[in-house]
Amino acid sequence: MGLERKDLLTIAALSADQIQLILTTAESLKEVGGRDIKKVPALRGKTVVNLFFEPSTRTRTSFELAAKRLSADVINFSPSSSSMVKGETLVDTARNIEAMQADIIVLRHSSPGAAENLARSVGSSVINAGDGWHEHPTQALLDVFTIKEKKGRVSGLVIVIVGDIAHSRVARSNILALTKLGAEVRVVAPPTMIPFGLEHLGVEIFYNLDEALINTDVIIMLRLQRERLGRTLLPSLREYAKLFCLTPERLKLAKPDVIVMHPGPLNRGVEISPSVADSPVAVILDQVTNGVSVRMALMYLLSGFSERSTLNE
Amino acid sequence: MTKKTGQSPPFPHLLCIQGGIVIDPGHVNGRADVLIQNGSIIEVGFPLTNPLSQDSSITILEANGWVVAPGLVDLHCHLREPGFEYKETIATGAASAVAGGFTTICCMPNTQPVNDNAAITKFMFAQAQEAGKARVFPIGAITKKSEGEELADIGELVDAGCVAISDDGRPVMNSLVMRRALEYAKAFGIPVVDHCEDLHLTDGGCMNEGMVSTELGMPGIPDASEEVMVARNLALADLTGVHVHLAHLSTARSVELVRHAKGQGLPVSAEVCPHHFSITEEAVRCYNSNAKMNPPLRTDEDLQALKQGLVDGTIDAIATDHAPHALQEKQLEFDTAPFGIVGFETALPLTLRLVHEGVLSLEQALDKLTRSPAQLFHLPVGSLQPGSHADIVVFDPHEEWVVDPTTFFSKSQNTPFGGWTVRGKVKMTIVDGRIVYDAR
Repeated sequence: MGLERKDLLTIAALSADQIQLILTTAESLKEVGGRDIKKVPALRGKTVVNLFFEPSTRTRTSFELAAKRLSADVINFSPSSSSMVKGETLVDTARNIEAMQADIIVLRHSSPGAAENLARSVGSSVINAGDGWHEHPTQALLDVFTIKEKKGRVSGLVIVIVGDIAHSRVARSNILALTKLGAEVRVVAPPTMIPFGLEHLGVEIFYNLDEALINTDVIIMLRLQRERLGRTLLPSLREYAKLFCLTPERLKLAKPDVIVMHPGPLNRGVEISPSVADSPVAVILDQVTNGVSVRMALMYLLSGFSERSTLNE
Repeated sequence: MTKKTGQSPPFPHLLCIQGGIVIDPGHVNGRADVLIQNGSIIEVGFPLTNPLSQDSSITILEANGWVVAPGLVDLHCHLREPGFEYKETIATGAASAVAGGFTTICCMPNTQPVNDNAAITKFMFAQAQEAGKARVFPIGAITKKSEGEELADIGELVDAGCVAISDDGRPVMNSLVMRRALEYAKAFGIPVVDHCEDLHLTDGGCMNEGMVSTELGMPGIPDASEEVMVARNLALADLTGVHVHLAHLSTARSVELVRHAKGQGLPVSAEVCPHHFSITEEAVRCYNSNAKMNPPLRTDEDLQALKQGLVDGTIDAIATDHAPHALQEKQLEFDTAPFGIVGFETALPLTLRLVHEGVLSLEQALDKLTRSPAQLFHLPVGSLQPGSHADIVVFDPHEEWVVDPTTFFSKSQNTPFGGWTVRGKVKMTIVDGRIVYDAR
């Protein structure tokens, strides 16, 4: 079974089986990262373009590393160096990149739906590396991969997502992925950060962190975007930290074997206290490591859509 | 006040539209011929009794059983001139209007510069006259530059021919300014039109706030953004006794608020746009920027309430909110593309869907597009009664056609209805007895 699709744009469009396929493929590719020579020839001769219209170091680096470990050639485009500043539309820019025979375009953009629009306009495979508040599917896949790795399963786990759900593409993609895989998903945030009708996505909504943490297997912390502060969503960082910071005391409310995740970068002392971030329950760096494997798996599976290649050639 | 378009001389001198079904809302509904002399209606009837109908110089226009109605009247459009001629000009907008059966259109003041003084108003009239298509009545700004602070020279605007005032698109947020505008407008007997939107509540939203915006991760515009301003305006209409016309209602509660206010006898009227009673927020799902307008497409519940508002008279008029934008602007990502769609050339068939669905009778539907809007803005059009301007639309209510935006007369093609199969085709549009659009 293959992924049978040109693009990876959303978790919403994936079935549970397709998610499992990506995870299984990532598992077999994870071993590559432990080798002395961290490379397989699966994407040799292919070109991957990282087209990032928002600043990002981690995600872009992770995609770059993933592509390189598959032996692809990688080009990085960012807005300052691209012609977007000259008033070119996203689609024009992407068509130019496509004309240079890019096989895969990894897109990060501030507009929801940017990746979907791009995918409609170009023949290259498109991977959504984050579109506005909409989705960040590879983050969700690496989170699910990490949960599975640590817990052995996703189904039946109690997983709480803490923070600004309304403005988080990580939260949206995770809610979709985790519910598809049968987890019991909770979200907790100030009501100003819960979007309309969220309960219809099959999650339980909390406004009190202590209540939300009870009996949880996994805690996913979101980064508090400080630029939200002036927009009437929050009174102050101080109050947010008081109500929503994950402290060692609060951690005791969760199951003893709880794991703590964070997509990074951390606001230490705001949403997560340093003593939790640095403790063994935090699997934040495992997420980073797994991110490379999951992105390798995706690129490998997508490249197989048009042209079957094998891992062991 | 000058309410004339100053069209070139009527031609031909004597005209008869025969063999049609005349629907002149409130007056005639049935088989009738229309006799026109020097740009005015002389007689509507069957058979015609006026001896002029037997005159040898008469030109006969065969209506083949089509509907013959007063030319459509649009209370709400954007013609983009001066300032944004790359989107539309008064000439292309007026050509688009008559192709859609509209003979009178009222254009909003959000041009560059804003229509907040007589010079701009007179320029608009001059451009419309030169175009020689539809009658164009400018709507003046409420405040200088539509900045919401100081009142524009409203008396001068009315004197130059503005038929209403509005800061459409940049609604007056300060309720005291709005109160003063209403009070001041009282002296001139013109309605004050408000685009009801609390910009603070909208907070950068770009589609309806609801399940779809949540799923798409798109900033939402809540219903309340419209409704709090509808409620404010109703209270101010009550306070001042001045006619407030509420533009493009989009939510069920707005309809309910207006219904209640009308029940109390408040001087209020309301319009709805065809897109709001035709499609819902679901149209945004594929990030189609041609489904982006303000107010946004709402839910099916809202759509049904808008239809009910039309049926029971809560909503007085159907207006297009024709808002042309260039292709390169609508090719931007959904959240950065501008709000608005073109509307002249699809308004009639979309309205006729309500007739074909049995929501409205044909006469009711045409009333919302002719007599009723004309009365709201005191326009000397919207009727085929003897003595009226010979402003007429002839259309086949049954003919099916496929909407192809590339054939639009408008300079812009931003519509979500491209590819739709619709029923109801304009055959001929007449202004002042002149055929300004002919697709027979």
